[in-house]
Order: sequence, then C-alpha cells, then structure tokens
Amino acid sequence: MKRLLQYLTEYKKECVLGPLFKLLEASFELMVPLVMAAVIDRGIQNRDQGYIVYMCLVLVGLGVVGLACSITAQYFAAKASVGFAAKVRRALFGHIQSLGFTQLDQVGASTLITRMTSDLNQVQNGMNLTLRLLLRSPFVVFGAMAMAFTIDWQAALVFAVAIPLLAAVVFGVMLWTMPRYKQVQVGLDKVLGAARENLSGVRVVRAFGREEAETEAFQRDNNALTRLQVFVGRVSGLMNPVTYILINLATLVLVWAGGLRVEAGAITQGGVVALLNYMAQILVELVKLANLIINIAKALACANRVADVMDIEPGMSESPGGAGGKAPAAGGLSVEFQDVGLTYRGAGAESLSGISFSAKPGETVGVIGGTGAGKSSLVNLIPRFYDCTQGRVLVDGQDVKDWPLAGLRAQVGVVPQKAQLFSGTVRENLLWGNGGAIDQELWQALEAAQAKDFVERKPGGLDEPVAQGGRNFSGGQRQRLTIARALVRRPRALLLDDSASALDFATDARLRQAIRALPYGPTVFIVSQRASSIRYADTIVVLDDGRAVGVGTHEELLEACGVYREICESQMEKGRDGQ
Amino acid sequence: MKERAQKGTLRKVLRYIRRYWFFVALSVALAGVTVAGTLYIPILTGDAVDLIVSPGRVDFSGIFSLLLRAGVVAGLAAAAQWVMNLCNNHVTYQVVRDVRNAAFAKLQGLPLSYMDSHPTGEVVSRVIADVDQFADGLLMGFTQLFTGAITILGTLLFMLSVNGAITLVVVLITPVSLLVAAFIAKRTYAMFHLQSRVRGEQTGFVEEMIEGQRVVQAFGQEKAAQQKFDRLNEQLRACSLRAIFFSSITNPSTRFVNSLVYTGVGIAGALSVIGGRLTVGQLSCFLSYANQYTKPFNEISGVVTELQNALACAGRVFALIEEKPQAPDPVNARTLQEADGLVQAEHVDFSYRRGQRLIEDFNLRVAPGQRVALVGPTGCGKTTVINLLMRFYDVDAGSISVDREDIRMLTRKSLRRNFGMVLQDTWLKRGTVLENICYGRPEASREEAVAAAKACHAHSFIMRLPKGYDTVIGGDAEGLSQGQKQLLCIARVMLCLPPMLILDEATSSIDTRTEVRIQRAFQKLMQGRTSFIVAHRLSTIRDADVILVMRDGRIMEQGRHEELLLKGGFYAELYNSQFAVSYSKRT
Repeated sequence: MKRLLQYLTEYKKECVLGPLFKLLEASFELMVPLVMAAVIDRGIQNRDQGYIVYMCLVLVGLGVVGLACSITAQYFAAKASVGFAAKVRRALFGHIQSLGFTQLDQVGASTLITRMTSDLNQVQNGMNLTLRLLLRSPFVVFGAMAMAFTIDWQAALVFAVAIPLLAAVVFGVMLWTMPRYKQVQVGLDKVLGAARENLSGVRVVRAFGREEAETEAFQRDNNALTRLQVFVGRVSGLMNPVTYILINLATLVLVWAGGLRVEAGAITQGGVVALLNYMAQILVELVKLANLIINIAKALACANRVADVMDIEPGMSESPGGAGGKAPAAGGLSVEFQDVGLTYRGAGAESLSGISFSAKPGETVGVIGGTGAGKSSLVNLIPRFYDCTQGRVLVDGQDVKDWPLAGLRAQVGVVPQKAQLFSGTVRENLLWGNGGAIDQELWQALEAAQAKDFVERKPGGLDEPVAQGGRNFSGGQRQRLTIARALVRRPRALLLDDSASALDFATDARLRQAIRALPYGPTVFIVSQRASSIRYADTIVVLDDGRAVGVGTHEELLEACGVYREICESQMEKGRDGQ
Repeated sequence: MKERAQKGTLRKVLRYIRRYWFFVALSVALAGVTVAGTLYIPILTGDAVDLIVSPGRVDFSGIFSLLLRAGVVAGLAAAAQWVMNLCNNHVTYQVVRDVRNAAFAKLQGLPLSYMDSHPTGEVVSRVIADVDQFADGLLMGFTQLFTGAITILGTLLFMLSVNGAITLVVVLITPVSLLVAAFIAKRTYAMFHLQSRVRGEQTGFVEEMIEGQRVVQAFGQEKAAQQKFDRLNEQLRACSLRAIFFSSITNPSTRFVNSLVYTGVGIAGALSVIGGRLTVGQLSCFLSYANQYTKPFNEISGVVTELQNALACAGRVFALIEEKPQAPDPVNARTLQEADGLVQAEHVDFSYRRGQRLIEDFNLRVAPGQRVALVGPTGCGKTTVINLLMRFYDVDAGSISVDREDIRMLTRKSLRRNFGMVLQDTWLKRGTVLENICYGRPEASREEAVAAAKACHAHSFIMRLPKGYDTVIGGDAEGLSQGQKQLLCIARVMLCLPPMLILDEATSSIDTRTEVRIQRAFQKLMQGRTSFIVAHRLSTIRDADVILVMRDGRIMEQGRHEELLLKGGFYAELYNSQFAVSYSKRT
C-alpha cells in the first residue's frame, strides 16, 4: 500500500484541500436547522417579517457558499484521484515491462490486464469517493449530534441511543451479506464458466450428443445460484425496513422528549423542529456512509492487488561490468552450452539438466524431443529470457549474464511458438525487428519467410492493417509473418521455436531452404516435433525429459541414440523409401 | 424505428415477467402502502409538534395518541417495504434464471454457423452479464420509477391538502433542479463518451502489450511501448478529469436548488404562520416534504438511463433467444443404429457464404472400413469436410449418405453417435479425468474407462496425477500438457468405439514417442472402421484408401497415393516438394 501512496505525494495539496472544503460545506449545512429554528422562535413568535426574510437570505447565502465550497472540493478530489490513478497506471505499466519471463509466468497475462484496467479504475473511484465523502459523513453525523446537544442535551440523548443502534443494524447487515455476496460471485463465475466451456467445446458436445445433459447441468448450477441470491436478498432486504422503523421510532421518541423539555421550559418549539431536522440529516448521512464503506473496501482490495504486482521484483539483473559498447559484428554467433541446468521458480523438478553442446557461427542446430522435454526452455536461455540455474550459456564466447541485456537480444531473432502479431499494419509489425529497415529489406524478409505471396495479394500490401492479435490472418500466415519480423533485423542467431507447426510440409521445406540461403549466415536453432525439419541440421540435440540423450548429426544419432531412432522410424521410414 | 424495437423488447420482457404477475402486483400495491406511510408520518409528527407550544401548553395525551398512530403506520410501512423487497427479489432472480436457462438451452440448438460467426466471449456475456443487467435495471428501474411517481404525486396531494400557496412554491422551484441536472448531463455526455473511447483504446493497447510481453521484450520494444502508453495515459487523464469533475458538479448543484426550495418553503411557510394560515407543525411537515419531493426528481434522470441500458441489454439477450434454430430433425427421421460405414457424397455443393462457392459437385464413395486422408496446405478447408459429415453444417445441394441413407433423414444425434471425433483443439470439461473419459458414455463403468485409457496409453500418466482418475481437471486443464489432453480426448472416443472415425490433425502436437504409441492404438481402433483423417503424416497418407487433396476450400484431386503421383498434379507437387529439398542438400 505504501508503495502506491507515494504516487499521491504530488497531490498532497489537493488531498488536504478537497476534504477541507467538503467539511466547510458540511458546516454550512449544519447551520441550516439552527437558522430555521430561529425563524420559528423569533420570527414567528415575534411576528417579525423582516427578520424572517433576513434569515432566509442567510439561508440562501449559506447555500451559495456551500455550493462554491463543494464544487471546489469536487475539483480537488477529481484532480487528485485521476492524477493519482494515471501515475500508478504508468508506473505499473513500466513495472510490467521490466518483469522477466519468470515473473510473467507466475502472474499471468490476464491477471496483469485486470490489474491495469478494472482494478485501477476501482482505485480511482475509491480515491475520489474517499476524498469527497469519507470525512464528510462522520463529520455531519457527529456535527449534527453535537448541535443537537447544544440545543438541549437531555433531549439529545435520544440521538446517543438511536445512532449507535442504527449503525449496528446497517453494519451488521453489511457484515453478514458481504461474505455471502462473495459466494454469490463464486456461483456466478461457475455459471459463466459453464457457458464459456460449453461454447468453446460445442463441436465435441454435439458429437457426443450431450446437449440435454449440458443444459441440465447448466440449469442445476443456475438454479443453485438463484436460490443463493434469493436467500441473501431476503436478509439484505431487511436493512431498509429495519432502519426505517428505527428512524421513525427515534423521531417519535424525540417528539415526546421534546414535549417534556418544552413543558419543563428548557427549550422552545423551534428547538424541537431543529432537533427533528438534525435527526433527518443524520439518517441521510448514515445510509451514504454504509454505501461509501462498501465502495472503499472494494477499492482497497483492488489497491492491494495492484500493490502486490508492484512488489514483484523484476528478477533479471544486468552485470554492471558487462561489455557494454561491443560493436555489432557481422556473421553468425557461436553458442555454447556448458553443463546447463534450469529449474523454474516454484517448480519442484528441473526442466533442463546437464546440457552441453556447442554451435559454430552459421551452423544449424536442431532441437527435437517430446512435449515437455524442455525444447523451448533450451532456446529461451540464449537471449536470456530465463537465467539458467546451473552451468553457463556462452554467446560469442561470453557468458550471457555478462552481455548487456538489450545488446544481447538485439543480436537474436526470436520466433516464438505462439505467433503473436500486434495491431497496426504489416509494415509496423515488421519494423519491430528493425526500426530503420527500408521497404526493400522488408520484402526480402517476407520472401525468405515464404510470406511474400500472400502479403502481395493483400490489397494494402505492406500497409495491410493487422487486427488485434493478427486475427485477420490465418495461423500459417501469422507464423510466417513472425518469422519475417525476426528476419528483418538480420539476426546473428535465429531461434525458431516450433514456428512452422501450422505450415504444410511443402512450405516448411521451402522456408528451411530459404533460411539456409540467408546471405548474412545466422546461427539457426530449429525446435521441432518433425524429424524432417531438423534432419539436415549440423547438430541435433535430442531432449528427453530435460536431458540431452543425444547430440550429433542425423546419421550419428541413428546409430547411437535410441530415442532419436524411434522418432525417425515413426515419421520417416516410409517417406524414405518413397524417394 | 428504435422506439418500436424498444417497445418490442419490452413486450418480450413482459412475457417473462407475466408468470410472476402476482408478485409484481403485490409489489406495486405494497409500494403504494410504503409511500403513503412515509408521507403520512411527517403529518402526524407535525401535528404533534403543534401540541408542544410552550411550558404548560403541552398536550401530552394528544401527542401520545398521535405518536402511537405514527408508530403503527411506521410499522406497517416497514413491513410493506420488506415484503415488497422480497417480491422484487423473487421476480428479478426468477426472471434472470428463466431467461438464462432459456438462452442456454437455445444455444444447444443453434446451428454451428452461429457459434463460428460470434466470438465466444460475446455470446457468454449475453447469457450472463446482459441478463443480469437487464433484470436488475428493468425491475429496479420500474420500482424506482413507480415509487418515485407515487411519492411525487402523494406529496403533492398531501401538501395541497395542507396549504395550496406553499405547494405552489415547491412545484415552481423544483423543476429547476431537474433542468440543472439535465443540463449538466447533456454537457458531460460527450466527455464521458470520449473518456470511454480513450479508455477502450488504452485497454486494447494494454491487453495487446501484456499478452505479447515476451515478444515485446524479445524485440526490445519496451521503451516504445511505454511511450505510446504514456501518450494514451495522459490523454485519458485529461479527459477523465474533465468528465469526472463536470459530472460531479451535478450533486452540489441539485443540492443547492433543493436548499432554495427549502428556503422558499421556509419564507412562505413562516409568513403564512404569522398570517395564521399555517401552524408551526405544518411548517415542519412541509420542510420535510420539500426534501422528499425533490429526491425522486433527482433520481429520475438516472433511472431513465438505467432503463434504456436495461432495454438495450434485453434486446441483445432476446436477439439470441430468437435466433433461428437449426432445422429440426424431420418427423420421420430414422435413428441410425450401428452403421456399416458406407459413406457416399453425391453432387455436393457447399459454401459458408452465399455466392462464394467452396465445394462444387463433390463425389465420393467410401466403402466400409476404408480410410480417407484429407491432405492439403494449411487453411485449405479440410475441416469443412468434417463439418459436413457431422452435419455441423448442411450441404447446399446434393447429398451425403451413410449406409445409403441421406444423413438429413437421420436424427442428428444418432448420426453423430456413429462418428468418433478427435479434434485439433483439445476440449475437456471441468470435472474429473474419469468423467471426461466417460463423456460420450456416462453409464460406462470405471473398469471400462480404465481399459479405454490403457488402450491409448493414457493410463500411465493418469496414474501419475495427484488423484489418478479422480483428479479434477479445469476447463483449461491446467497442469496437463497438450499431448496429455489429446490422449484424454482419444480415450474418450476409445470408450465409445463408434463405427466411423474422424481424426483432425489429432496427433500433430503430441510428442513423437507418445505419438508412436497412439498410432498403434489408432491402427487397432481403425481396424474395420471407416475413418476420415486430416493428415500431415506420410505413413497415414500412403496407407489411405482414398486421398482427398484440398486447396483453398476446394477438393482438387482424389485417389490413391500412387495414382495421384502418376497424375503429376497438385498432390505430386506437394509430395515431391518435401523431398526435393532433401536431394538438394544431399547432393
């Protein structure tokens, strides 16, 4: 929480002035019943019309000053809360940019998005409400009570009993319902999840003819939710009637007590009316306060969630003595793994262990193995998306931890498994690879990535718009565009993480041929499930359950590596005798 | 036009509410009682105040009887309010439940084209969020509008019965607060609109950047992203500040107008008291009325927008509920028993969009037990064939038949039961592993399920899960690898052993060693069963009895491997391209 409050320091002035003006307004409001009492007691009793008009002008004056104060307060509150939220949002976005892959894995994208958007909006609203009302409502309640006591403390004792009683009812009902509303939310999530699940699996549901069963299950969940809602509603519906009775009883007792006090000569008739007015003011404020507390509690919960994200340490440290100004040389990078092990944070078992191999500049390395064997983990170590927990990864003869992070990544072209494009145009997406590339270079990259044909066919060519997530391109087209994006930077090492999975084998083959022919000769890492994709690599690393069970060429591995032989037999045996 | 649409929606909503008319009527009646009570009490207390004049002139017995009456009225009004709340809750939640159940049941009968053309999130939000909003907004809106109207009317009547002149003061000044509120709302509408647009833009940007965070970092785009974000953020801050500040003027302003009303009543009332046309008690009663009378006015503008919003939501929900369902099975539809597996397509035409022909005059004959491989580049429309076979979509012309019977003359259910399908995306239901395996045959015994899992080599990994077959897996099946999920999907089909199979690239993301085992299991499974396989694997293709070569949604060629190679067409090109590379490298 403290971490968030620091973003408020710039708005210190507004945070003090806002509530202050609000209190001023409330003070003026508190004077109204007194003025009215004076009208009744002096104006009416003395039949003094001038006095009545004068006092009413005072009322209007109080109203005008109140309005001015209130608008000023609203302005300060809005300025502080909006400015605060904007600052936090900016800091949060920057913080997320600095998180390493490890942290991103742990938190998850959807969580981060919620924190950035709806949670922060809640915080902003809560802040605004707090500045405007948190001091005001209690102030009015206690102010009105104090004023009542100045009129006549004995009659005002009714307040001393009624207010705590009301507060007890209001907050009692709130305390009871809040956890139950959470249960309702859980029920709602369940119904929502059921609907989403059903829709996403609609083909399977129908293939197995389970429509009726699905409907029944949904209705069961839905009816349970309804029952819970009705139950909670029954109790929360009590709040208004009970407070209503309490309020009216208190008013009646107040009239009675007022009568007794007037009889005793302690107060006047106007005093009784003023007491009644104060009672009415208090009621209004108590209801507001209850709503306010619910909203602030929500906002606080959101603020804490945001603060939790801010508290995550970025985790990836750059060594200060790194070879900062290393001039980008041409040609492929050499890559060497020395007894590398990797254990993801929070995971029990190692994802990689004891991996050793090396690739000379310009060589092609194939990485093959089953799902979860650690193929992606292995290539992710090269641009230092994760830090290995054992051994060393050397790039260009230097430990990756000694490279400046940005400098290292600038040398590497990454094509991740998930083909992700960003909204904008094809050109804008490609320029991510190298902001200074000219169109001719973009077309060259597209050609090598086997994407030239379909980009040319698009009406906009390079300026063809890309929808969010690249939805307007097919899976295979997206993959080829992400490859082109990586090629635009003429990388010295190219990492293809199963990035041809959506391509048919003809395109896949042409792609590999084009990459091999790249003039700048990058060192290429190909991760694949298909033996045919990596078969002609200079070095093939066969992974099984995080271990390198074989390193060598295709022929060597066929001889020596059982796992590799098994893979090839299942995929290639018949292909070969087709030649 | 829009008005009429709204009216139509309203009628449909009323149809759902009609079932609960008793509760609605009761609620309306009770609202009347509540308002009457609320209005009557200030009169009683006002009268009581009049009995308190000065020392020695306090009529305690009179006060007591007035207060007693007020107490009874308060009790009655509170009771009425509680029962009214219960009625409203009852109606709201039951209507939500009914509409939601209806919407979900409807979804089960909609043609697949609807799901394919509407994003899941949008449909879900109709069934969940929109239904909630419309029920809440509509019923709360109605009751608020109703009690508001009664309050205004009742207050007016009560005030008139006490004193006409002061009533006039109240009636004349109050609309000013409405005008002020409307004026501000009109001015701020554009600001809020702008705010939500900028916010939407920022949210979109944030979603994209965070979801693609790895790519952002891999390409070192953090600074560029932050700069763009800052720009949007500053825009949002500026327009939020305007929108929030100007809209927050509404409250103080209407409060100010209310205080004017209050003052007006005070002056007119006090002067009337002096003139003997009013008592002090009545004045205090008027003062409290002045407050009550203005409140519903302030709320009404909010209620109206809420009602409009609710109607818009209701409109979306009903659009879903009234969506044209898939053509029902014909009355004389036959139930397909255990099919032999003779599949024929005759002169089939099909397209997803009218005017854009995809499949034209497609003919195919698959004898029982034969294998059909669907081959072609990515996105060539291989899933279209599956859509037609399973009757997820119906052909435009021609016919597809199973065992010489047009599939449109069979019940969809029995047709689909005869196909075992393993799709590319592995959908599992939230539930235990066992429930998922038994999805197609819920009555199957545990032993049968285990046997099916063993047959497709899923048993060993299932046993390694924390609770074995009783492990609960989520909708996203967190903790399961893609391959494991696919194994469960295969086990699900394995348990049903239908006479025909559809395998859609099912093995493409299973790790190669598991794939070998699955292949063996499939070989066993496919024995004697007509199978359609969307294939990337050479061995599958070469063993197929018929290869359908597809491109751009069309079926280009069909035949056996050797025939197609000899033909030297698209298939030959496709096939050779893979090996052309091999040669060039070798030589």
